[in-house]
Amino acid sequence: MAELSVIESIRNTLWEEMKKDPTVIVMGEDIGQRGGVFLATQGFLEEFGESRVIDTPLAEASIMGIALGASFNGLRPIPEVQFSDFIWPGLNQIIGEASKTAYGSNGELNAPMVIRIPYGGGIRGGLYHSQNVESYFFHTPGLKICAPSTPYDAKGLLKSAISDNNPVIFLEHKKTYRLVRGEVPEEDYSIPIGVADIKKSGKDVTVVSYGLMLHYCLEASRLLEDHNIDVEIIDLMSLRPLDTSTILESIKKTGKLVVVHEDNLTGGVGAEIAATVSDLGFDYLDGPIKRICGPDIPTMPFAKSLEEAYLPNTTSIFNGILELSQY
Amino acid sequence: MSSKQNITLPSGITTDKILEVYEQMLMVRTIDERVWAMNRQGKVPIAASCQGHEAAQLGTLLAAESHPESFFFTYYRDLAIKFGVGLDETQIMLSYLGKQGDPYSNGRQFPLQGSDLQRNVIQLSNVVAAGMTQAVGHALASKIQKKAAVTMSFFGDGASSQGECHEAMNFAGIHKLPIIFICENNHYAISVPQNLQMAISEVSERAPGYGLESISIDGSDLLQVYESMQKAIALAKSFTPVLVEMNVERIMPHTSDDDHTRYRALSEIDQLTQRDPLLKLKTLIQDNSFASEEQLEEMLSRCNSRINTATSLAEAAPEPDTKTLLNNLFVE
Repeated sequence: MAELSVIESIRNTLWEEMKKDPTVIVMGEDIGQRGGVFLATQGFLEEFGESRVIDTPLAEASIMGIALGASFNGLRPIPEVQFSDFIWPGLNQIIGEASKTAYGSNGELNAPMVIRIPYGGGIRGGLYHSQNVESYFFHTPGLKICAPSTPYDAKGLLKSAISDNNPVIFLEHKKTYRLVRGEVPEEDYSIPIGVADIKKSGKDVTVVSYGLMLHYCLEASRLLEDHNIDVEIIDLMSLRPLDTSTILESIKKTGKLVVVHEDNLTGGVGAEIAATVSDLGFDYLDGPIKRICGPDIPTMPFAKSLEEAYLPNTTSIFNGILELSQY
Repeated sequence: MSSKQNITLPSGITTDKILEVYEQMLMVRTIDERVWAMNRQGKVPIAASCQGHEAAQLGTLLAAESHPESFFFTYYRDLAIKFGVGLDETQIMLSYLGKQGDPYSNGRQFPLQGSDLQRNVIQLSNVVAAGMTQAVGHALASKIQKKAAVTMSFFGDGASSQGECHEAMNFAGIHKLPIIFICENNHYAISVPQNLQMAISEVSERAPGYGLESISIDGSDLLQVYESMQKAIALAKSFTPVLVEMNVERIMPHTSDDDHTRYRALSEIDQLTQRDPLLKLKTLIQDNSFASEEQLEEMLSRCNSRINTATSLAEAAPEPDTKTLLNNLFVE
């Protein structure tokens, strides 16, 4: 079994799917000759040709609109937005159009497209190369959202996303691209969208996270073992549909919940989880629901000190879990 | 009325064809007037009138008749397209009333908005120009998959100000896509006149900047539209994208919620019927004696009878079942 980075796993999966299915195309800024700024499509132009690997103008609204229109006519486009921070001009087509395609045509029309979005920070990206954009999509019915944290999960979820007949937002945390490595089987497998994964079982506190933060949660849980605190860690993997049953099952056991995300606190995924659990899991809880999230500023600043101060980290997660476990 | 003449019809267009299109246009006008009246009765919540645009739309369909694979990304003023591709007046009335059986969205969207894939029409949105980039994507997919279809993207002069209009035309020019952009220029973006929308006198002046061919015509003249669209389709089929500007008049206010006397001079409004495509076609028929007055009267009476039946059927139809409210957010 090969040990791959997240970006290598994504590249290999895209390659495999394009080999298998001639209706899959990739399009975006610098993805052809350049192979993508993160090299997700390196070598694709030579292999698949310019009709299936399209270097687009720097114009996100049309990248999304053209992908959507192509999805109405027999193709499965995978548009890439170079950085999540540049997606805003494309929102008209994603939130305004793609998410409403099936509902707005009473199920006659559908949009089989996967929107790949490198997102998140901790890479000195400043306000315009670090943003967490998930909550905007999370609020939108009609979209599915994947946010894998490991190379194994990235492959399995990307396969499901490409074969899905609906628009899927595929969030790839930039810092995990090369930092996180893991074993990826060569055989074909897929991971269903909307099902969370228990990355570590435990009995004392439930921690729910996704993306880069999931790894910090795992580190914190190892340190908490020395304090005899047994943490259960749920990797959401998909934000929408949200796997509330896995979370509720876990809380039945632990009675305590911490949600960790890099995205801003207010109106984030954590807020929805807290609301859902207080509604459906109130009787299981024996403490307040704790959120460890980015503060409510636009996103992490450029300066090293300020970036670090923005981001939740192993220490802040450790402290948060410890505090709740003593409640 | 102009003097009697003997017009030479374009090749392939017979007198019978002219009469067939005239009756279609008359039917579209009859539907349009009926839904407006029903809006005033409180029965149709909203209507965007097509009056003044009919020849641009039906002339396009006439040219596309020999290209049945043509695909249409329409906008909200395209009633004649939707009727012309084969939707019947009862289906149309169901849609205006938001009733069960509305073929575009089954009551989810504004009238005739959603999709009618059986007849090659998509119109998802009320955001102007949003359909233009989608149409480009559709044409791109046809080219990649070597489908012979031409995609037609309809929009108004108002939509031409959107960034997506620019992006759509730019991409179509770069990739030489089989697409025709059809600007139904009625010179008003709701209330804003053309001179406050653009510094140029014609939207088609932008075509060379995108590497598109351009054609600018009188969109109230059915035969001119037909002949120009034949050329445009031939160009698009050979991968030369085209921008066709059809100069038309918007005879009615923007929608049933609008009052155009607030921003158009009464003298200007009075002039609009001079470029009414229905009257122009009727005059052509009369001047060339293609039909007798009795035949024309019979057509009108058929249209009235059809709309009455359609209205009764649609009014009697049930509302969409509330149990379906949450359906079709996703497809399987």
